Amino acid sequence: MPRSSALTITDATKRFGDFTAVDSLSLDVAAGTCLGLLGPNGAGKTTLMRMITGQTKLTAGSIEVLGLDVARESRAARSELGVCPQQDNMDEQQTVRENLSLWAALCRVPRARRKDSVARALSTAQLVERADERVANLSGGMRRRLLLGRAFINSPRLVLLDEPTVGLDPQVRSDLWLMIDSMRRSGVTVVMSTHYIEEAERLADDIAIVNHGRIIARGTPKQLRELHAGLEAVEYFGPQTALDEIAAKATAAGLKSRRAGLSISVLGVESADQHLLESWGRHSRRPTNLEDVFVLLTGESLDA
Amino acid sequence: MRDFDVRSLPAIWTRELIIFKRYWRGTTFTSVLEPLLYLFGIGLGVGAFVDEIDGMKYVVFVGTGAVATAVLFSSVFPGMYNTFIARVFQKVYDGILSTPTTTAEIMIGEAVWIAARTAVYGCVPMIATIPFGLQARWTMLFVPAIAFISALGLTFLGQFISGVVKVIDSFSYFQSALLTPLLFVSGTYFPITGLPNWAQTLSNANPVYHCIELVRDACFGTLSMSAWWHVAALVAFAMVTGTLSVRTLTKRLVT
Repeated sequence: MPRSSALTITDATKRFGDFTAVDSLSLDVAAGTCLGLLGPNGAGKTTLMRMITGQTKLTAGSIEVLGLDVARESRAARSELGVCPQQDNMDEQQTVRENLSLWAALCRVPRARRKDSVARALSTAQLVERADERVANLSGGMRRRLLLGRAFINSPRLVLLDEPTVGLDPQVRSDLWLMIDSMRRSGVTVVMSTHYIEEAERLADDIAIVNHGRIIARGTPKQLRELHAGLEAVEYFGPQTALDEIAAKATAAGLKSRRAGLSISVLGVESADQHLLESWGRHSRRPTNLEDVFVLLTGESLDA
Repeated sequence: MRDFDVRSLPAIWTRELIIFKRYWRGTTFTSVLEPLLYLFGIGLGVGAFVDEIDGMKYVVFVGTGAVATAVLFSSVFPGMYNTFIARVFQKVYDGILSTPTTTAEIMIGEAVWIAARTAVYGCVPMIATIPFGLQARWTMLFVPAIAFISALGLTFLGQFISGVVKVIDSFSYFQSALLTPLLFVSGTYFPITGLPNWAQTLSNANPVYHCIELVRDACFGTLSMSAWWHVAALVAFAMVTGTLSVRTLTKRLVT
């Protein structure tokens, strides 16, 4: 195994009865990088995260965290991990400081270092002034910051962030992105699941698109866009019949297109005949994005 | 045992201590008041009609029996409710299990904590009975230890029940069909010698019965070799319920 892998997943499978949540999935994450697992709700991202922490057992395959086999050395693996769960699972009746120092103890941070770790986490989470407030009294954004700060308390080498900004308003989300970004810069390996395109594009060095428990594409955001959707797209609005026509014309012209509600996007138009595009109607031009890639690859929408 | 490392326990106790510091008034109020109500209500109320049992004042009989009531209530209920709430409503265990801690450590750690607390609460009815004629003896110093070991198995039982039910409302089935019989077929309020033979035989499987026997022997200075049988029964009970608790909760938490 190359020393530079922080996480190696080989043919990992998880079945719950007849349902296959994770389907023979393989993944290798280089140390010091940030991988975004992009996929809709129910794609198997949370199950995969739980398999990495040993909280969901593998039906088949193997997972190695920093060279430790999760099936046999789960405890040792967890001591190198930091986890920010999708579902807030903090003790509400405890204060912010109590939560953090309890977490430091649970993560086996040596007693002498705990105070410093807590102080550091308080300042990264920007909760120094709220340290003695009960968690129940914090806003949603503050709770998320605390949850994120908590995930880093044991100076982990690999951090799992499961939908770190789900359900938060845009301002809070961009605050959290700053926080994640600065942690990422400290050199820790991050595996982050998300179904927000912008989140994946901003934070991840590398993206794995997950659908139905499988990875269907992998690469940098730029690589994925260029390979699957081209550089630019044009978007047409109009009644369904007009959109149907444009779709047919695009196909005839050898261009890929995708529908989204009242619009259609024709993709990879950077080298297409501009007059032809004009002739189809009024449109606006935009760069392609990962959503285009996702829809092209799966035929499904991310928000489904 | 790969799944159990004592070094995980201090963190579990830290969590319990933080919660207890916040809620000790309520917890203590219930754990102290209820057995005292039994002591005064039944001990003095029924005691007005029943003079003596086994050659002792009825209130003294009930007062020592109420120790076991206190032990039962202060252990099995936290085992049921705290465990269910932390697991299902707060998802706290899901968080803890992503740290280097196992289900076995959580369950055993919490049970030891609750049993230690119960060791204190269990003494309250005994002390309260002293003014009513229970004679203080040095062997009473065994009572906290008896309460601890009884509570350990009963807390595990509560944890196990919390892992069996799907919804918290189902606890009432266990309360009526399991816990109430445990309390009555034990010798708390009347000697089990008055019960049919089959019930007396059955009481050997009841940890509350063994707890009461030991507590009375410690309070009346009648400890003998038979105490070891009761201790062995309580240890066996704790081992069985502890295994059930850890297995069931592991199945629930690690999918």
